[in-house]
Amino acid sequence: MTALSLNQRAALLSVILLIVGLCIWEVTIPAQQAAGELTEYERLTGGGTPKAGVPPPSKVIEKAWEQLSDPFYDAGPNDKGIGIQIGYSIYRVLSGYLLAALLAIPLGFLIGMSTIAYKALNPFIQVLRPISPLAWMPLALFIIQDSEQSAIFVIFICSIWPMLINTAFGVAGVRKDWVNVARTHELGSLRTAFIVILPAAAPTIVTGMRISIGIAWLVIVAAEMLVGGTGIGYYVWNEWNNLDLTSVIFSILMIGVVGMALDAMFGVLQRYVAYSE
Amino acid sequence: MTHPYLSVEQLTQRYPNGSGGEMTVFENASFGVEKGEFVVIIGHSGCGKSTIMSILAGLAESTEGVVIMDGAEVSGPSLDRGVVFQNYSLLPWLTTLKNVTFAVEARHPNWSKDQVLEHSKKHLEMVGLNGDVFNRKPSQLSGGMRQRVSIARAFAISPKLLLLDEPFGALDALTRGSIQDELLKVWAGTDQTVFMITHDIDEAILLADRILLMTNGPYARVAESVYITIPRPRNRTEIVEHPNYYAIRNHLVQFLGKRSKELAGPTGLVENRPETVHFDNTATIAKTKKSSVAV
Repeated sequence: MTALSLNQRAALLSVILLIVGLCIWEVTIPAQQAAGELTEYERLTGGGTPKAGVPPPSKVIEKAWEQLSDPFYDAGPNDKGIGIQIGYSIYRVLSGYLLAALLAIPLGFLIGMSTIAYKALNPFIQVLRPISPLAWMPLALFIIQDSEQSAIFVIFICSIWPMLINTAFGVAGVRKDWVNVARTHELGSLRTAFIVILPAAAPTIVTGMRISIGIAWLVIVAAEMLVGGTGIGYYVWNEWNNLDLTSVIFSILMIGVVGMALDAMFGVLQRYVAYSE
Repeated sequence: MTHPYLSVEQLTQRYPNGSGGEMTVFENASFGVEKGEFVVIIGHSGCGKSTIMSILAGLAESTEGVVIMDGAEVSGPSLDRGVVFQNYSLLPWLTTLKNVTFAVEARHPNWSKDQVLEHSKKHLEMVGLNGDVFNRKPSQLSGGMRQRVSIARAFAISPKLLLLDEPFGALDALTRGSIQDELLKVWAGTDQTVFMITHDIDEAILLADRILLMTNGPYARVAESVYITIPRPRNRTEIVEHPNYYAIRNHLVQFLGKRSKELAGPTGLVENRPETVHFDNTATIAKTKKSSVAV
């Protein structure tokens, strides 16, 4: 047997675990009796109505194939392709997230640079940060009067804190010697910010951005369950109301895949801004 | 009385000592450095060498006293006073070349990109770095190479005063030797005024025109100014043959070992100027001629 690299062996193990897991899942789901095998009596008493059993993986894979082969169909408000639903969710997450970044990163810079700004704003941050983003929803709906924008607001408010705190932390922790390098070279404050502070704090800032996008993706599902209409969160809830558990499981998996992709993007960014001393 | 190029006047540094009182690191220290001179300052830890360096760089403020350079009082950091720290002078996210170009750009904002690049490369090559090193990050360089880059950057902006804060302190002896040679070579081609801190007596004798000796803190002061009466160009194997070498070296060892302690403490004078020490054994090797003149 040829020697496999560590990564190849790990990949092989992953595939084996997947197959074994799926097989266990498949065989532990009791096969539902076909309606034809039921007696007249059983049929009359509703025995043929399938109890909402958990679907086996084969059904989920079938569903996934069906959905992914035509992800962007649009057959009315309650029947849209998974691609469209995910697209709506990503749009909301990115809108709220970018607004949050536009506020949090400059504000974090200010807090990190100035002790007085830190001390003045810290009490507000400490009170606002632990609030569950969904708790803002009623207020947002009342003030904004638009469910779409309220969802974006909820993403905005939950994305702000990790970015704000990490930016402040990163900026405050820039090594004094590097700031002195900027000072002895008479770099103005703008050039100091872009040549020294920003690159020095970038790994910490991007870590905050990565945490934020993760939280935003967690929150959007719950937010869309509340506001309804479109989005992957609404899709999950809608399929639950339809008692279509196959679609529910499929959409749960899709939420995981998209979340992973968003995280991976920031992983790339993180490697790009990383430096070693 | 004419002022030297760099004039440190009655410099005093006090810190609160934590129990309501004050701790005086050094008091009324006064000395001068001439243009083009290479001056090294030696003293035990805690005598305030690094504080003096920070004040000269404009990164710290003295409690009392002033520093006058080229007729103007020093306040705040400036491109006229370049600093090479022991560590962390380089920005780790920039390549070697960019670590130099950003400084050259700051010094010469009107230069074209090509001019900046050419000037930076020239100075990197002067300290023995070339081609493949330019695009590496500091973390991919050895400690010695990093300090070469720092030195190249400092010379590339040609400050009026170059401050070296134990630049070779973190290097092994062999690397240190070769960079000292490199520094001497680069410096010899300029009229750069250099003020350097070190703990290494041999390094000081090899590099300096003059060595300032500090007494121990608290109430430290610059007690002596020893001229290194060994002609240039110097090299480490030949200077030991010079008749003045051991006289100077023994004097320094004596000072650091014994007299820095004996002379410690406040003098009560309003101005503590160093006593000039001048060895000349070249005429009569047997007799040590030691002249003490106050400047």
